[in-house]
Amino acid sequence: MEEILRAEGLCKTFTLSRKQQKIERTAEKRKTAVDHLSFSAYKGEIFGLLGPNGAGKTTTLRMLSTLIRPDEGDAILDGCSVVNQSEEVRSKIGFLTSELKLEDFFTPNYLFDFFSHLHGVEETTTRERKERMFSRFGIDKFAEVKVANLSTGMKQKLSLVISLVHDPEIIIFDEPTNGLDVLTARTVTDYLQELRDEGKTIILSTHIFSLVERLCDRVGIIIDGRMIVCGTLDEVCNGMSLEDRFFEIYKEQKGGDE
Amino acid sequence: MKSNTLTIIKKEFARFFGDRQLVFTAVIMPGLLIYLIYSLMGTGINSMISDSENQQMTLQVENMPESMSTMLLAHNVPPMCKVVTGAFSDDDIKKLEDKELNTLLIRFPANFDQQVEDYYSLESESIPNIEIYYNSANMASNMVYDRLCDEIMSFERGYQINESGAEQPTKKYDVATDSIDSMIWSKILPMLIVMLLFSGVMAIAPSAIAGEKERGTIATLLVTPMRRNELALGKIVSLSCIALLSGTSSFIGIALSLPNMIQTEGAELGLDYTVNDYMALMFIIFATVLIMASAVSLLSALAKDVKNAGTMITPFMLVVMVAGLLPLMQDGATESLASYAIPFYNSIETFTAIFAHKLQWSAVLITVASNVVYTGVAVWGLTKMFNSEKVMFSK
Repeated sequence: MEEILRAEGLCKTFTLSRKQQKIERTAEKRKTAVDHLSFSAYKGEIFGLLGPNGAGKTTTLRMLSTLIRPDEGDAILDGCSVVNQSEEVRSKIGFLTSELKLEDFFTPNYLFDFFSHLHGVEETTTRERKERMFSRFGIDKFAEVKVANLSTGMKQKLSLVISLVHDPEIIIFDEPTNGLDVLTARTVTDYLQELRDEGKTIILSTHIFSLVERLCDRVGIIIDGRMIVCGTLDEVCNGMSLEDRFFEIYKEQKGGDE
Repeated sequence: MKSNTLTIIKKEFARFFGDRQLVFTAVIMPGLLIYLIYSLMGTGINSMISDSENQQMTLQVENMPESMSTMLLAHNVPPMCKVVTGAFSDDDIKKLEDKELNTLLIRFPANFDQQVEDYYSLESESIPNIEIYYNSANMASNMVYDRLCDEIMSFERGYQINESGAEQPTKKYDVATDSIDSMIWSKILPMLIVMLLFSGVMAIAPSAIAGEKERGTIATLLVTPMRRNELALGKIVSLSCIALLSGTSSFIGIALSLPNMIQTEGAELGLDYTVNDYMALMFIIFATVLIMASAVSLLSALAKDVKNAGTMITPFMLVVMVAGLLPLMQDGATESLASYAIPFYNSIETFTAIFAHKLQWSAVLITVASNVVYTGVAVWGLTKMFNSEKVMFSK
């Protein structure tokens, strides 16, 4: 298997505001979101990061996408370092998260061309790719409708399409089915499988066990910013269901008090 | 310019020009409103002046001196007045106080001409006193009073010069009038232009940067391989161009409404500027917009949302306003070339110099060059901010 992503000892600490301290019920001024996290992903696989809310999944993906910088450690994506070669990394990945929004004012048509241009995609390729993807997700009928007037599901599909305008080798999705209706969620997961079959590598974060079981080739369980266990589903589950295994690990980590 | 910067500029233009409401609010409305308001003000003021001019006033002169009679009677000064001679009593003054009398009362000393002669030949230290009674609440009365004072002062000045054997300085007086017009423009217009340009920048910059942060669209741009400095440059250049349009609209509004605003009899605008002046003006306007867009962009990037950006920009706007008021407090533009490297102050000073017909190309060059350098620094700062997760993603 060809290793395409390697995270080594990633660390990220945030300073908590007073408001955040109150919400977290802590007097600590700093919070370690990711604590020396290491894992690898291989070409043509779907790798799932599984963990409860606040475990550090989103922070890890944001470091991989170079939106934030690790305090320690590094990650190499297709030969490029997130610390020293952030622009090159961004040209190799497609990143989708609910925090990334599209300008309401523009149409899907305009946005696809705009982001293709920023990714340096040639005009003819852009045209062909746009036609194919718009048709695949049913956006072609709404290509000239402003984003503001699209349904939530259509906006999500458009965000997915926009994140892939440059046909990246590595696709990083944070909670890809969150907030989607069942039909749109199914469209997205089917497409992720298609992408894997095309040889793309997909890293996704989720807390939905069924999604991991259905989609992922390998999984890493993160608790309190640390990678507790990582491997194929069989290796991680150890003969149990993923859900049972997860709670077993969780209890071990939290000392059985949760 | 790099390709991604151009893409960002095109996107900002598409965003702006695609929104008819925004174009109307930021470009068409300022000029239109200024034109309508100034024109209405001008019409109102001129109507008041015209009413005052049509009002029949009487100027009653007690002890009309021979030296002044020519000026007051033959020259018919002030023109809207009927001049009568004769003594007036305290009762007449009381009537004037009670607004019952549409008259100006002027009392010369009985031997005014002799007193003047004695004073200027140093035979007497007693200064001849002229008493004028008028109603300050009445515009016509005020106008006649002002004209009268001007004429008396002119008489006095002429008398002094005649006494010293010098020629009557008619020409010099005319030249001074032109300078006063230019001086007035050089004091008012810099502030006006700076405020209009600033309002143009304010109309769009907070939404273009703080708004993108608030809406979450900036993060979508930040995950593309585009360099942060390309994004920063694209934002600043596009905002400057749009702000320039807004400023131009306001400027056209002012230019078109000025003739309506200043319709007073014999008023000369003193706006006879050369092609050189206009070129310098254009350079300075562009350099000023660049530095304003840069500063407002930096503050907007620091802000969490558009509302917060407005709060952060307000103190800065006050500083710009104070800088705009400087020409009112000083006598012409500074001659120190080093001062033209101080942002905002340099624009104000150069505008002042241009409108006062004292254009210095060296000052213009220093202003433009220093503002371009500061814009470069701002692009660097904005790039740092786009790179800073604390600035971009803090909640």
